[in-house]
Amino acid sequence: MMKFKKTKKTIGTLVASLLSITAFAATELTVYTAVEAEDLKKYAARFNEDHPDININWVRDSTGIVTAKLLAEKENPKADVIWGLAATSLLLMKSEGMLEAYSPKGLDGLDDKFSDKSTPPSWVGMDAWVAAICVNTIEAEKHGLPIPSSWQDLTDSVYQNHVAMPNPNSSGTGFLDVSSWLQIFGEDDGWAFMDGLHKNIHHYTHSGSKPCKQAARGEVAIGVSFAFRGAKSKAKGAPLEIVIPSEGIGWDMEATAIVKGTNNLEAAQTLVDWSITDKANQMYNEGYAVIGKQALAKPVEHFPTNIPESMIDNDFEWAANNRKRILTEWQNRYDSKSEPKS
Amino acid sequence: MTMEIVKAKTSRDDKQMLGFMLIIVCYLVVALALPLYAILSKSFKNHDGDFIGFANYLEYFSTPALTYSIQNSLTISILTMVISVTVAFILAYALNRSCMRFKSVFKVIALVPILVPSLLPGIALVYLFGQQGMIKSLLMGYEIYGPIGIVISEVFFTLPHALIIITTALSIADSRLYEAADSLKTSKIKTFFTVTLPGARYGLISAAFVVFTLTITDFGAPKVIGGGYNVLATDIYKQVVGQQNFEMGAVVSLVLLLPAAVAFFVDRLVQRKQVAVLSAKAVALEPKPNKAFDLVMLGYCLLVAVFILGILFTCQYAALVEFYPYNLTLGFTNYQFDLMDGGGWDSFYNSLELASWTAVIGTIMVFLGAYMVEKGKGFNMGRGLFQFLAMLPMAVPGLVLGLAYIFFFNSPNNPLGFLYHTMGILVISTVTHFYTVSHLTAITALKQMDREFESVAASLKAPFHRTFRKITVPVCLPAILDISIYLFVNAMTTVSAVVFLYGPHTNLASVAVLNMDDAGDIAPAAAMGMMIFYTNAVVRILHGFLTRGVLKKTQLWRIR
Repeated sequence: MMKFKKTKKTIGTLVASLLSITAFAATELTVYTAVEAEDLKKYAARFNEDHPDININWVRDSTGIVTAKLLAEKENPKADVIWGLAATSLLLMKSEGMLEAYSPKGLDGLDDKFSDKSTPPSWVGMDAWVAAICVNTIEAEKHGLPIPSSWQDLTDSVYQNHVAMPNPNSSGTGFLDVSSWLQIFGEDDGWAFMDGLHKNIHHYTHSGSKPCKQAARGEVAIGVSFAFRGAKSKAKGAPLEIVIPSEGIGWDMEATAIVKGTNNLEAAQTLVDWSITDKANQMYNEGYAVIGKQALAKPVEHFPTNIPESMIDNDFEWAANNRKRILTEWQNRYDSKSEPKS
Repeated sequence: MTMEIVKAKTSRDDKQMLGFMLIIVCYLVVALALPLYAILSKSFKNHDGDFIGFANYLEYFSTPALTYSIQNSLTISILTMVISVTVAFILAYALNRSCMRFKSVFKVIALVPILVPSLLPGIALVYLFGQQGMIKSLLMGYEIYGPIGIVISEVFFTLPHALIIITTALSIADSRLYEAADSLKTSKIKTFFTVTLPGARYGLISAAFVVFTLTITDFGAPKVIGGGYNVLATDIYKQVVGQQNFEMGAVVSLVLLLPAAVAFFVDRLVQRKQVAVLSAKAVALEPKPNKAFDLVMLGYCLLVAVFILGILFTCQYAALVEFYPYNLTLGFTNYQFDLMDGGGWDSFYNSLELASWTAVIGTIMVFLGAYMVEKGKGFNMGRGLFQFLAMLPMAVPGLVLGLAYIFFFNSPNNPLGFLYHTMGILVISTVTHFYTVSHLTAITALKQMDREFESVAASLKAPFHRTFRKITVPVCLPAILDISIYLFVNAMTTVSAVVFLYGPHTNLASVAVLNMDDAGDIAPAAAMGMMIFYTNAVVRILHGFLTRGVLKKTQLWRIR
């Protein structure tokens, strides 16, 4: 036992000394994020290439959990920076007065819609994630389903019981879908569209990426999800076709903000500055087709190319202000009749 | 009526025991009552923190989409309760009262579900009965996404919990009662209904409540396999995580706490009628062989084993298949956890650390607490409060507990704030979260020990701690060991409370499973879940070896 303890201690000291070589006297930044786990190491490493003196401690979770965590910690915030959370969530935090407004260096170079409208902005955008339909080509063929080309197509009775979509009451992507349909079709037609869609829904999921993953596995033929997920699954060999519906697509962005009350304001600002550099944008572009500095964007494999022009003029403020009303309406229409289907 | 005689004036022992009890009551107040108050008071406030009375409740009860979940939750919980307790009772009976072969094998298999994260059965059911399910036709067109899937998952998940409690109740039986019945030529069936069932009654009732509340508060299974079937626990998830509406989340939590109150009062009522089965003169029961009966029991155990192992194997298969159902090559692609959510090996070590602390600290606290409350005398109000606080965690959904901890411990004026984002708060939340079953196990074991032990010891002027050390602990050792392993494995698998509490350096493996499933990566989720299972299994086996020797030493008295 003693021996074991000793070895462990030696290893511990070794690791500690190794760490201290690379990050001597580093500022520790606690960064909350919803960025894909596989990208986190890359993000931190690239940032450290330019700023080795700032050490990022990630707290990563899904968008909903991170948002809930941040709001619950409102009285005594633990995060210094939020790097990679939905702009809709950040809008919520802004309205709660939780964000430290800051105008990062190089803000002019960022596309207009990629920053908060206030001056100085409370948050700045990184990249956009866009709604899309994931169609499993094998299952579609098996059930004789034509590949849909528009949202409206999905209400066709041929798709009955073949569609999954996220429940907007659990998932930000679900709400993004619903709020964009209401903007695309208008209130009345939007709900009429969802009435039609509801008849074809096999089940609603709690997460936004799940419908596409389920489509990838053939658990459903069609998943209403977002393009990023579809592209990732396709890259792994899933028999997927990613459809960008002709009416246009809703979208949200991942964004960066400083949490009010941070003890490391200077380091936090350095990180936010870096988060909108060309280098950072090119890094985002490795996974996302639409980025804050779209001029730098290169096409991403497996992503449909018509995404930028298909993105609707999403009114985030409207969506945020009407969120509660929309969710209640959705819940009353579709969430109360949850009898099992036989 | 021996109890009346025992009642003496408050001695130094009683005072000391009272002191111990108060310490643990204080712990429960700080780790449970105050945080719960912090979150539940939100249900009477609006978003800006102003007191608005019952307005949130009015809103809740006038929304059919929300209240419908109450009915759904009750339906699946009662169904699960009936199925799980029945299955567990017969199983416990087979393991304790038959002479069938391979008992120890089945005992191990039956406890397997406790070793896996609660999301795993849901994942297995998707592979078995989903749209691409391997044996989908067995469902005859019924949909696995919904109540059927939830109930199957919950039975799998709750079975060991019920089994532990019922086994404890069945394992301590006085053989003299059966000898008497035998010599009176009482039929086996009549003996069963007049001796066995009444003896196990308290355990059965406890098990029923535990299963009921475990099911009604679990959000893992409904989340993975529930489809559109809304239950209270997922409603909390929707309110808190989906809409960040803490106030409505608190309302649903309070609605969900009701079963705890009911469980508590019924439990109190039953307890009052409970008399010690194991008197100081008791002789342990040794089952006698009976070919036909043993064979039937063996068959039954085989069925249960197939169910449990089937789910497990499905998960292992799911973890190894490259890309189900289109590429069935086996390999280890799904084990590249570094590319997935969660934090890789670090999170695994963190989980291990959490589990060890939880097992050690939790077991000591739970058993001491149960002993003080069960064997001490006087101060009935405090004792009642203790019992209530000890029952409560069972009914508190992990998500609610986790959030409550944020509000309570991270409040700027809480002196305990330094615990936040540390391993400490994870240990405290986990011990608290799993307090009830451990407490019930300890109480059930203690109850079966006649108070005569204490009174005899007291009359011999032996201080209580000596009786405790020399008699109580050795006699209850099986239960104590069960508690420690129960706490360990649950700390490995728990998700719901800690998902809000882990910090930058305290990632957990079980949270990784949740995140991967949430993202739709169910094969890697199954892979990580199975890693947790293997770890738990290894620890369980080591635990078994280590304790076998100890048990042999201390339980010799049970065999004539």
